[in-house]
Amino acid sequence: MITLNINQKDYQLDADPDMPLLWAIRDLAGLTGTKFGCGVAQCGACVVHLNGEAVRSCVTKVGRAAGQKIVTIEGLSQNNDHPLQVAWNEANVPQCGYCHSGQIMSAAVLLRENPNPTDEDIDMAMSGNICRCGTYPRIRAAIHLAAEMHRKANSSK
Amino acid sequence: MRNRKRASHLVSGRTVGIIGSLLVAVGLLGFSLDKHEGKKIIIVKDSIGSVAAFKQVYKVLQSPRCMNCHPSGDIPLQGDDNHLHAMSPRRGTDGMGMYAMKCSNCHQPTNAPGLHTPPGNPKWHLPPADMKMVFQGRTAHQLAKQLIDQNQNGHKSMDQLIAHASDTLVKGAWHPSEGRTLPPMSYAAFKKAWVTWLTKGAYAPAGK
Repeated sequence: MITLNINQKDYQLDADPDMPLLWAIRDLAGLTGTKFGCGVAQCGACVVHLNGEAVRSCVTKVGRAAGQKIVTIEGLSQNNDHPLQVAWNEANVPQCGYCHSGQIMSAAVLLRENPNPTDEDIDMAMSGNICRCGTYPRIRAAIHLAAEMHRKANSSK
Repeated sequence: MRNRKRASHLVSGRTVGIIGSLLVAVGLLGFSLDKHEGKKIIIVKDSIGSVAAFKQVYKVLQSPRCMNCHPSGDIPLQGDDNHLHAMSPRRGTDGMGMYAMKCSNCHQPTNAPGLHTPPGNPKWHLPPADMKMVFQGRTAHQLAKQLIDQNQNGHKSMDQLIAHASDTLVKGAWHPSEGRTLPPMSYAAFKKAWVTWLTKGAYAPAGK
C-alpha cells in the first residue's frame, strides 16, 4: 500500500510504485477532475501540483509522488474560489471543458511566480497546454482577469 | 697532438652537459603534474594526440543526445533532427525551465516508457542563462577553447573536467529512451577520448 497525500488528505492506495499518478488519482482515489489527454506529457490535461510544481501525472510515477504534497484541480481552493476559477467562470472560458483542469493548474503556477504577466508571458507559459476547441484568447483574458483580481484583493488588505 | 686530444675530450664533455640540460628543461616543459584529492593528474603535452582525441569528442558533443540540451537559443532542441522542443519550454535563469514547464515537470528521474515520451534523468536541465555552454553551431576549434575556459565551462578545473565525463547526465546520453539514437561511439570510447584530449594538453584543432 502506498500513501498519497492529495489535497491535504492521505489516501492509502493499493498501487504499484510504477503506476502513473494519473491512474491513482482518477481510478483509485476517485478524483476525476484531472484528465487523460495523450498519455505522453504533450497536452497538459493531466497537470497536477507536486510540491507546488506543475507535473504531468500521466508520466509521473506514483513512487515519485509518495510522501509528497499533491494538489489536483479539486484541491486548488476550498470553495472553487481561486481567482483563476472565478475568472474562468466570469470569462466563460470552457467549451467542451476537457483541457481546463490542466490549463488552470498550469496557470496557477504562472501567477504564483509572475503575478503580473504580459500576453507574451502567458503565451510562453501556457504553450504546454493545448485546447482543441481553441479557447486560447479566453484563457489569456481569464489569466489577466485573475491577476487583476489578485492585485485588487492584495491592495485592499 | 696530446693537447688536441685533451681539448677534444673537454669540449665533448661540456657539450654533452649542455645538451643534457637542454633535454631536461624541454622535458619539464612538456610534463606537468597536478593533484586533486590525492590523485595525480599527469599532463603530457602532445598536440597531435590531443587534437586527434578531440575530433572524436567533438562528434559526440555535436550528436543530438548532447547538443539538444546545449542549444544556441533558450529553447532546448529535440529529436535526431534537432528541431525546437515541442511546446517551446524556456531555459529560465537557472536552466531548470520556467513556470509550468520546468524540465523536471515532464522529464522524470528515469525514462518514461514508450515512444514519444519524455526521456528521464534525475538532473535533467539546461546550462544556466549566465553561462549557456552552447554546443550548437560551434566549430571544433571554438568548442575546444570553450570547454577549457573556466569562464565558459561552469568554472570547471582540469580535474573537474575529467570527472565530468562520469556525470550522470552525460552518461545518460547512452541510455536514451525508446526511439532515440545513441551517440556515435560507445561511452567507454568517448570517455577515453575525453580524458586523452585533456591529459595530452587539451589542444584545440586548427581553424576558427
